[in-house]
Amino acid sequence: MKAFRILGRNVRDSFKSVFRNFSLSLASISCITITLIVVAVSIVLTLNVNNFTSLIEKDVTIVAFLKTDITEEEIDKLYDEIIALDNIEKENVVFKDKMDISKEMMAESETFRSIMQNWSREESPIQDTYQIKVTDINLIHKTADDLRKIDNIDVVKYGEGMVEELVKVFDVIRKVSIAIVVSLILVTAFLIANTIKIAIMSRKKEIEIMRLVGASNINIKLPFMFEGLILGILGSIIPIIITVYGYTALYNHFDGQLFTQFIKLIHPGAFIYLVSLVLLAIGMIVGMFGSYRAVRKYLKI
Amino acid sequence: MDIIRMKNVKKTYKTGTTAIYDLDLNIKKGEFVFVIGSTGCGKSTLIKMLYREEKPTSGKILVGGLDVGKIRNGKVYKLRRKIGVVFQDYQLLQNSTAYENVAFALEVLGLPKSEIHPKVMKVLDLVGLKNKAKQYPNHLSGGEQQRVAIARAIVNGPKILICDEPTGNLDPKTSMEIMEVLEAINKLGTTIIMVTHDIDIVEKLKKRVVLLDSGRIVKDYKEGEYKK
Ligand SMILES: Nc1ncnc2c1ncn2[C@@H]1O[C@H](COP(=O)(O)OP(=O)(O)OP(=O)(O)O)[C@@H](O)[C@H]1O
Ligand SMILES: [Mg+2]
Repeated sequence: MKAFRILGRNVRDSFKSVFRNFSLSLASISCITITLIVVAVSIVLTLNVNNFTSLIEKDVTIVAFLKTDITEEEIDKLYDEIIALDNIEKENVVFKDKMDISKEMMAESETFRSIMQNWSREESPIQDTYQIKVTDINLIHKTADDLRKIDNIDVVKYGEGMVEELVKVFDVIRKVSIAIVVSLILVTAFLIANTIKIAIMSRKKEIEIMRLVGASNINIKLPFMFEGLILGILGSIIPIIITVYGYTALYNHFDGQLFTQFIKLIHPGAFIYLVSLVLLAIGMIVGMFGSYRAVRKYLKI
Repeated sequence: MDIIRMKNVKKTYKTGTTAIYDLDLNIKKGEFVFVIGSTGCGKSTLIKMLYREEKPTSGKILVGGLDVGKIRNGKVYKLRRKIGVVFQDYQLLQNSTAYENVAFALEVLGLPKSEIHPKVMKVLDLVGLKNKAKQYPNHLSGGEQQRVAIARAIVNGPKILICDEPTGNLDPKTSMEIMEVLEAINKLGTTIIMVTHDIDIVEKLKKRVVLLDSGRIVKDYKEGEYKK
């Protein structure tokens, strides 16, 4: 009962004090708002980079060309052998008959058409293929080697060199962007904590009086922590609005893809709420701990 | 029965200044003691150690049975609840009314509103401020602000009231009024230790007087012994 009363008083006083110290509260809230906007932009960017790079990587396909004299039976058996390998996306192993391939090629170009249209199944130099996707692009080289060892597979191609290069570049991009987000969040935490510290410095007297009349340390810290929490929540409102409406507008404006069909934007749906939640959490946690640390300084003799 | 016992107490600040040397002092329950002495002789340091704003460097201090030197930082509030403290500069919350300032001391203890109200009104009455309960500190005179501070210090019924130059900012007439309030509180059984520079007051009240010089007690006058 007593604990609830103290808690109730703390919450009430925290709200009061946010308004009583309005200019300082406003400074803290603005600081939180501005830094969280920067964080929001960088999170949205990073997650999108992560998203479209992995989409592109997912698109990388290994093509296994089968020997020309292969029988239907062997083709089926081959399928089992392929999916028995590691690192294969089992639902994405697709057989393509050579005649189908010819048809596709002829549809694409007049030149191909004039050359290929009279080839029969037996004459055709084109080979049947299995198109294979891997689960981990970093191991694609080894998977290709494994495929090469299979008897009825003649040649294996996946854009060697190019793919490795791509993976490497994407890897760097992802790591750098994550590093930027993490350091931005740290800088934000520092900035917010510092602003709150300055705000609390001006209330040293209040803390001293609380101590003087016999408030326990936790009793002194709690209202300030609630206050930090409130500031954090208030400060994250605008960044969240910007994320929710801004990103949705951006997504709709670009029709879900940036410049080319390869750079797909993440669908706003759950994404914007996830980012909002992260922003709110940062605001709340940093607000609370910033206050906690600032007050703690005054509770030592 | 001694409510305060100081034995061989020494205080050296981090800066190297020693403010109190080998000090012994016992104060009985219900006593009224003035602590006087020239500026910088260690009066404030002495009483700060009583409510553990400062820790003694060596020696032993017992306040109401608590070994002050041994209280951990997180437990200081337990001592503070047994002691009321009043300063020269009142230390009131400027954004709170007289009533709120006094009630604050009970709120932090977690008392329900229904218990807080009568207690606050009672002490405001005792210090003669019942009709100014709703005023903010900047609408009160210095003497009135000090009354609020005294009310706050005694509202939870501490056994000891410590005052550091409570009349330092007040004119002689107002000072005497404050002294009347303190005497009334003392009569109700509260032990009072008061640091002051105002020897007129000291002479007039005829209480025990401890004279400090350079961190040592040089004279301990019994009631009525002190003369200018
Ligand atoms: N926090 C501190 N750190 C370092 N030295 C201090 C501190 N507080 C007081 N002192 C020193 O300790 C000595 C005693 O100071 P104290 O405040 O106890 O004197 P005082 O008798 O209360 O003086 P006054 O009558 O002017 O209030 C002084 O030399 C002072 O400079
Ligand atoms: Mg002093």
